[in-house]
Amino acid sequence: MRASFCFLLAGATACASAAPPTTTSSTPARDTAQIGAGLGGTSTPNADPFPSTYTPFPSRATVIRNVNILTAAGPMIRNGAILLQNGKIAAVGSTVNAPADALVIDGAGKYVTPGIIDDHSHLGVYAAPGVNALSDGNEATNPSTPYVWAEHSVWPQDPQFPRNLAGGVTTLQVLPGSANLIGGRSVVLKVVPGRTVQAMKFPGAKYGLKMACGENPKRVYQGRGPSTRMGNVAGYRSAWIGAESYRRKWDKWNADHKGDPPQRDLGNETLAEVLRGNILVHNHCYRADEMAQMIDIAHEFGYKIRSFHHGVEAYKIGDLLAKEGISASIWADWGSFKMEAIDAVKGNMALVDRAGARVIVHSDDPSGSQRLNQEAAKAMAAGAEIGLPVSEEQAIKWLTINPAWALGLDDRIGSLEPGKNADVVLWSGDPFSVYTRAEKVWVDGAMLYDRSDPSEQWRTDFEIGFVPFTRN
Amino acid sequence: MRQLIFRIAISFAVGAAITGPAGAQTIAITGGKVYPVSGPPIEGGTVVIVNGKITAVGKNVAIPAGAQRIDATGKIVTPGFVNSSTQLGVQEVSQVSDTRDMSARGKDNIAAAFTIWDGLNPNSVMMAPARKEGITSFVVMPTGGLVAGQAALLDVVPGTTTDMIIRAPVAMIAEVGDPQLAGVNARGELIAKLRELLDDTRFFQTHRDAFDRAQTRPFVASRLDLQAMIPVIQGKLPLVVVVDRASDIDAAMRIAREFNLKVMIGGGAEGWMVADKLAAARIPVLTGAMNNIPHGFASLGERQENAGLLRKAGVEVALIGNAGGGDEEAFNVRNLKQEAGNAVAYGMTWDDALRAVTLAPAEIFGVADRVGSLQPGREGNVVVWSGDPFEFTTRVEHVFVRGHEYTDKTRQDLLMERYKALPGTHNNPPQ
Repeated sequence: MRASFCFLLAGATACASAAPPTTTSSTPARDTAQIGAGLGGTSTPNADPFPSTYTPFPSRATVIRNVNILTAAGPMIRNGAILLQNGKIAAVGSTVNAPADALVIDGAGKYVTPGIIDDHSHLGVYAAPGVNALSDGNEATNPSTPYVWAEHSVWPQDPQFPRNLAGGVTTLQVLPGSANLIGGRSVVLKVVPGRTVQAMKFPGAKYGLKMACGENPKRVYQGRGPSTRMGNVAGYRSAWIGAESYRRKWDKWNADHKGDPPQRDLGNETLAEVLRGNILVHNHCYRADEMAQMIDIAHEFGYKIRSFHHGVEAYKIGDLLAKEGISASIWADWGSFKMEAIDAVKGNMALVDRAGARVIVHSDDPSGSQRLNQEAAKAMAAGAEIGLPVSEEQAIKWLTINPAWALGLDDRIGSLEPGKNADVVLWSGDPFSVYTRAEKVWVDGAMLYDRSDPSEQWRTDFEIGFVPFTRN
Repeated sequence: MRQLIFRIAISFAVGAAITGPAGAQTIAITGGKVYPVSGPPIEGGTVVIVNGKITAVGKNVAIPAGAQRIDATGKIVTPGFVNSSTQLGVQEVSQVSDTRDMSARGKDNIAAAFTIWDGLNPNSVMMAPARKEGITSFVVMPTGGLVAGQAALLDVVPGTTTDMIIRAPVAMIAEVGDPQLAGVNARGELIAKLRELLDDTRFFQTHRDAFDRAQTRPFVASRLDLQAMIPVIQGKLPLVVVVDRASDIDAAMRIAREFNLKVMIGGGAEGWMVADKLAAARIPVLTGAMNNIPHGFASLGERQENAGLLRKAGVEVALIGNAGGGDEEAFNVRNLKQEAGNAVAYGMTWDDALRAVTLAPAEIFGVADRVGSLQPGREGNVVVWSGDPFEFTTRVEHVFVRGHEYTDKTRQDLLMERYKALPGTHNNPPQ
């Protein structure tokens, strides 16, 4: 009965965003260490000016026994056990050796999965309540705004954050909206309470760059341009031409330090980092033909696209995505809300998966983000209907390790393997059932959500007084 | 200028002739677990449909000679689902204005004469996907302004809108939660404006001759809008009050008492806060179970338990899509079953959830004699599910509307066939 939050923002095109560029360098496997040049900030000249101050919450050794475990790294372990210790997965298998003082949880009839990762969120930048004062997701003043950073819009007291955590989501990529050809930097957040956005920032995570194809930019900038898709493409290419020149100047100066450093330019700093492979491109793009054009642009300028977001026509080019190593961050069943979305099919995920490309269940929606497991379940059913059944072992990857890869964090999160961060969800039953809910959620080994215990439920400052305390 | 092309819209509840491809088919669905909804479930039950209508439901039912038999052993048989809040057929591509016909301009935010079904496109490509997933009837609901217009309830059958209509109108829609949308500044002013409209309607009804001689004071609404409001003030046509905040629900209830209106609440995010009062006033609520976000200051108390809590208090609840994601009113009308499953996960009983997508909306909208349950005399709107209808792994195995089984491929099915083997085909696959 409510006009959709997403579509209310359609004028500013908040919904549906972008894909990440990839890098050839491996990501460092450390979470809390100071970020080095190129790991999360700009490599030059002032890397990481807004460093993460996140530290894991207090945790105790925890064993969940007698539980079905979807590891996202192999077959389901039935009636297995998992040990969380010192913020990491210490052991997982049919049995584990637990320290005597460990908290033991009986998981009979329940399931454990890695924390869910939503690589397309606008939490904090389009906070609830959805009033103008909190609408900070689209810097719709210029078709190319690589100089803005989503983190500078994030409101840590957005009441949508704890709801996401209660849905089993432990990591988010918060993106700028899709009004612009180049929308700005994304930020990767842990879904944890924090007084500041810095306290939520995933240490060492690379930034993403939001780009957007198609209808949104040309609609928003109708008057001043671009007003056509060819205008869009000219806009991307012009930006990259400038960035390439900027990168060359700075790389030269960084190598020889001769004379005064070149003039800094905020936007080109970000774009140059994309060209160096240090920022991942997340490209909002619906149509198959436009995705193919964006791939050519990436080839022309030597960067990689990490993920196409929304990609309702990804099923038409699953082979191309597989060949290019580009993931598809897509919906289970959204479509037809605009012309570039009319060919949406429920089999999209199954078809792209079968073609060999990485499938990611994304949300672009604060409500859908809370039940990405249900979105995956719908896509599994759609696959079965067209003769492409998807196993639970495969579908869990759509929700965890694949988005972890899209964020360049697959060596730290996204699967239940020893040494990885203990981002874990205990579900009341099969996570792909409509009746199942997340019961307990751990981030870095700390239990931050417990459905059975209101005292273990995070409430934002905003909610105090305004929102009745009813969650359970 | 708004075109005033309202032909027979003035008459209350235009009954529709039942046509369509039902033919003289006799169908017997046997062996399934049958949920009539109007009564207890029947293990190994049989449903017989003759000439489009259900003629028998039970355990020991004689199967007419020559009946087409559908073996539903191990399956679940339910009435076709009724989605009570859709824009099916009036919104094809929501950002393409040519395909949007769910909001009237009206006059001063009042469009009571707006008969949304007159703009409905029966050939919408959204129809088949909805039906394929078990939606056999839907309410098409106008939106926007203070009084948005009149809703209709239709079956998802091919043909013309006239063929599809079960009842039109089934309700008048008023949106009283947002003063700005109503063209006023404050909530109390919005209620005052609604009161003025109801009062003018009352006066208009008894002073038609004076009105026609131009001897009445000016009214807040146009002649046709006032005319359309008459069944509302007579208590014959329900007024769906779309509202979220508990205090707005309370205000709506006061207006309902003041004018003896038959009211239901649409949306009703904070309905749980006044559940006992809604139950006492026998006011039904159309709401969902997939939203818990304080989207605005008018819905700070939104929670997924709302539907279950209302039901527990004794309120009649029809489930609708309201997750807010965007397309649950058109492209994803089919996701009503997910809403029902979530309602169960958040406290509603399974039986009540089934009722909330079948018989409850049929009763609320006054069409329970036609749809919403499996009883003799009802339309042959029947779904055979492979398992629990609300569960994702469950398939619709058979869907009958007015006794005709639909197996047609959707546009989405055909697109998938094209691209299942890449690079795909540019030719139409054989159907």
